[in-house]
Amino acid sequence: MRVPVDWLREYVAVPAEATGVDIAASLVAVGLEEEGLHGGGVTGPLVVGRVLTLEKEPQKNGKTINWCSVDVGDANGTGEPQGIVCGAHNFEAGDLVPVILPGGVLPTPQGPLEVSARKTYGHVSAGMICSERELGLGDDHDGIIVLTRRFADDPEALARCVPGADAIAILGLDRETVEVNVTPDRGYCFSVRGVAREYGHATGAEFTDPAADLATRVPPPSSSGHPVELTDDAPIRGRAGCDRFNARVVRGLDVSAPSPAWMRARLTEAGMRPISLAVDVTNYVMLGLGQPLHAYDLATLGERIVVRRARPGERLTTLDDVDRALDPEDLLITDGGVTPIGLAGVMGGASTEISGTTTDVLLEAAHFDPVTIARTARRHRLPSEASRRFERGVDPELAPAALQLAVELLVEYGGATAGDEVTDAGEALPARPITMDLGFPSRIVGVEYDRETVIGVLEAIGCDVLVDGTSLAATPPSWRPDLTTAEDLVEEVARIHGYERIPSVLPTPPGGSGLTHAQRVRRVVANVLAAQGLSEVWSAPFVGEDRLSDLGLDVAAETARTVRIANPLSDEQPFMRTSLVSTMVDAVRRNVSRGAKDVGLFELGLVTALDGPRTTAPTEDVGVLPSEDTLAAIRDAVPPQPRHLGVLLAGDRDRAGWWGAGRRAEVFDVLELVEALAEALAVEVVTTADAAMPWHPGRCARVSLADGTVLGHVGELHPKVVAALGLPARTVSGELDLDALTRAAEHTVVARTLATYPMAQSDVALVVDRSVPAAAVREALVSGGGELLEEVRLFDVYEGDQVGEGRRSLAYRLTFRSPERTLTTDEVSALRDAAVAAAAAAHGAVQRA
Amino acid sequence: MSGPNTSYDPVEVAALDPQAVDAAVEAALAAAAAATSLEELKTARGAHQGDRSALALANREIGALPPSAKAEAGKRVGQARGRVGQAFAARQAELETERDERILVEEALDVTLPTGRRPLGRRHPIELMSERIADLFTGMGWEIAEGPEIEAEWFNFDALNFDADHPARQMQDTFYVDPPEGGLILRTHTSPVQARTLLERGVPVYIAAIGRVFRTDELDATHMPAFHQVEGLAVDEGITMAHLKGTLDRLAAELFGEDITTRLRPSFFPFTEPSAEMDLRCFVCRGADPDCRTCKGTGWIEWGGCGMVNRNVLLACGVDPDRYTGFAFGMGIDRALMFRTGVSDMRDMIEGDVRFDAQFGMEI
Repeated sequence: MRVPVDWLREYVAVPAEATGVDIAASLVAVGLEEEGLHGGGVTGPLVVGRVLTLEKEPQKNGKTINWCSVDVGDANGTGEPQGIVCGAHNFEAGDLVPVILPGGVLPTPQGPLEVSARKTYGHVSAGMICSERELGLGDDHDGIIVLTRRFADDPEALARCVPGADAIAILGLDRETVEVNVTPDRGYCFSVRGVAREYGHATGAEFTDPAADLATRVPPPSSSGHPVELTDDAPIRGRAGCDRFNARVVRGLDVSAPSPAWMRARLTEAGMRPISLAVDVTNYVMLGLGQPLHAYDLATLGERIVVRRARPGERLTTLDDVDRALDPEDLLITDGGVTPIGLAGVMGGASTEISGTTTDVLLEAAHFDPVTIARTARRHRLPSEASRRFERGVDPELAPAALQLAVELLVEYGGATAGDEVTDAGEALPARPITMDLGFPSRIVGVEYDRETVIGVLEAIGCDVLVDGTSLAATPPSWRPDLTTAEDLVEEVARIHGYERIPSVLPTPPGGSGLTHAQRVRRVVANVLAAQGLSEVWSAPFVGEDRLSDLGLDVAAETARTVRIANPLSDEQPFMRTSLVSTMVDAVRRNVSRGAKDVGLFELGLVTALDGPRTTAPTEDVGVLPSEDTLAAIRDAVPPQPRHLGVLLAGDRDRAGWWGAGRRAEVFDVLELVEALAEALAVEVVTTADAAMPWHPGRCARVSLADGTVLGHVGELHPKVVAALGLPARTVSGELDLDALTRAAEHTVVARTLATYPMAQSDVALVVDRSVPAAAVREALVSGGGELLEEVRLFDVYEGDQVGEGRRSLAYRLTFRSPERTLTTDEVSALRDAAVAAAAAAHGAVQRA
Repeated sequence: MSGPNTSYDPVEVAALDPQAVDAAVEAALAAAAAATSLEELKTARGAHQGDRSALALANREIGALPPSAKAEAGKRVGQARGRVGQAFAARQAELETERDERILVEEALDVTLPTGRRPLGRRHPIELMSERIADLFTGMGWEIAEGPEIEAEWFNFDALNFDADHPARQMQDTFYVDPPEGGLILRTHTSPVQARTLLERGVPVYIAAIGRVFRTDELDATHMPAFHQVEGLAVDEGITMAHLKGTLDRLAAELFGEDITTRLRPSFFPFTEPSAEMDLRCFVCRGADPDCRTCKGTGWIEWGGCGMVNRNVLLACGVDPDRYTGFAFGMGIDRALMFRTGVSDMRDMIEGDVRFDAQFGMEI
């Protein structure tokens, strides 16, 4: 809401010395946040000038400039005419124009600009003749402002336009506008009246309700009033769409009469474009008082207005010339109950619009149900100044005064006469009193408010307060429909008394258990990976079919496991990711394209993992605890979102340097990270060969827990995936279910006594088929070696002529140790032989000679 | 080995002549001193201490002496051998020390050569901030609660008193899960964790929820479609707005320094009443520059919303609002990082450029 300061001053006694900055600072204390300050940007000598001579000088670049001499009176200190170059052509010698002299400052989007005399087109141009845009008055920059024309209908202003006179005041450039953000509960602050009232609360300045004075002049409803019938056969939540409808008539309006300059100025400052007197007056009243109005050409109306819900199939062409299909929930203004002539509270219809031939006007000021208006505005994507106010609640008692102001303005400036037709149909529900314990505000806020403060604040904001012992009943004023509960009253007490007076006190919780196991595990995992050289990233979880298919995934199967966003930022990425790697690859590419060739990244984040058909999540009215069944249905409808760990390594894992060559990242590097995590969490993991996309089928491993629970996969990305995504060759990755890993790490480790007897080592080289996994051989050795086998270390892998085609030699160092005694050479030999025998039995392993 | 020479008059054995012994000692000491390497010393030692050295030979003669002369000769030769032995040992030690020192010099490395075979990775600063915040709250006796990112509308809106038709519900720029009537959205704030926690844990409860939230904002320098919040919820008997202010002041002091100035400003949120915005004194201009770009000249930077938990929220979560009161807040972690460290472009936070993380340590 933009509030022109001089308009504000009309309703509340703002101290003369208060600037826009001061006013904004006062308003913020009562909850109206500053959004901006406008105006006051032009400083220095901006004066009225009379163009004495004007020579057109064609330039080589095709332009023609005007070399002007301008009489600026004594403003330039010499009294001599000022030489100025001007590129605009909408003025001539003799015109009065605004001239900014050297030293003057203009507002620009880039900041303040000081004007100086400068050489241009072969002249020294000592100042500028200004356009609206240059002065921050509007968007018009096609021509300069010709004061003679601008004030053609304002002789008073024109009389002040003498060369050398200060044009800042004449053009209203000294006027400031404060823009505040109005929260959705304070609909009444979408008016100068409402903001002025709040300014009064904030500063104690005296507020004069403009509606009160107008109300004294409102004529009583007349039997001749335009008949209005309020009906509603489908109220939403039991509330009638329209509970009050006031109307007045003016006759003999000169629709071509211009709006007065002051009104146009205020509308412009408030952010609305002046259009015509009838439109400007309705907007002016809405901005000033907060009551949206609508003007109908009386000649186009039948005998009676009926407010009702739309019927299926009905259509209406609105003022913006859009033909709209109506919904039965839409509330309509109709002519005689038959023809729709307006979308109530949102936008009027084209057929009854004020036109160039209109003479008699019906003015509507109604009170509509906020929910009805909100839904219609949303349904038709038609947020209007009117709907914005109705949605947030309009003062239901305001309509007669608002109409009175509109009628008076049309009479004064449009030559109209006030008709004696005064309609006041329906009746708004009176506000209900709110009972509250007098000590309640103190209990909620933690400030000891005495009873006078509580009562005083509530009365100051317009409540009728009845005190009964230690409690009170406060009936909110008509302009505060947002006040419905005792807590609402507490906020009023707290904010008017001042939030800055609330002390700072730490609460004393009963004591907690610290981080959860899962939270601690997450830190361990992230810190281990960072210590291993990987950088933590996080990526937006949105993917498209292209990405899934580039990853070689079954697009249909993958999208069936996730959900689609109905309103994605990009239609190319409507799905929630099912894997972290699918979104992390962008970060790899970005790093590479920015010159980092060796990249190790990890991310801990949620993925979507639907495991069955989706159900609908019920909703419930606010303030209601859903039933157990409903709560269960709500919870069950939320898709499973396990936390994953994603890892990507591209380029060198060990970098090249003065120490020697680098080493490209490979599958084993990811496996080493997995092993590091397993060790960090004291969990045993098992690796088996697998072939899953997006990995190279021969370089992919499945990682499981000892009980067979699959944690995820690691591997080198499939060459096709690498090519499709433009990743560095041989990029390796892994993705694990961190939740499963976390659960596996829940156990408490039971410590064993460390054996201190000497160990005995024995090396064996086993030749097996190349197809036998090393892990299987190891497993056989472990089972055969028995409890005294402490460690099995594979120290060499050999393939070649010596072991034969399709076979390979795996050389292990076996370490034995007994907790009870020193093993003899014979015992160690026997244990080794048993281990080898197990490998021979399981995999045909032959000990290499 | 030859036996004692018995064919001479013992008294006249030349080898035992005191002068000869002294000469042998002198020669040995000179040889030890002259040795410039362990190698030379070894040779000299062989010559002067070995079996065929003068003193060894002299020693061998003692046996043949008459008992009356044995003692004196033995003493003389023994002392001489002792002196020589000491001299060689001392020289040996000297030369070994010299050698050791030389090796240390020769083995010196240029320790200014760069490292970097495998540089340390780094945590994301937003995660570090999150952990720091979590630690503050657990330190105060709070716990850290969590919830899903794809959330039921009921948890995100209805439970929090966002009426389906209230303008506030439209102001959230919500991502809806298709079909929109399915009742799922991407959580627009961490506040649904409030409802989940109240339903699961009951009261009294003191929890902070830290996590990712979503709004339909295009990515630019000051907006991200996904960002991070810390939610606080305290519901207990006797909780007041003063406790809210105390807790937020503590959080602000922890993240921005003890000298940070805060203010509560009246505002509106459906799930709190009374409601407030928490503002921080502008870090850049401290309220002194009307043209400040950071605070747009207002002197204050908005950090997040807060207030006393709305009665309707307590009711929706089965808590007796006449017995319990509570406060809640939701602060931006990304913004906090920007304030704290001067990150000026939000894209740096989400794009995964390793140089971004690398600016920070593992403790922030």
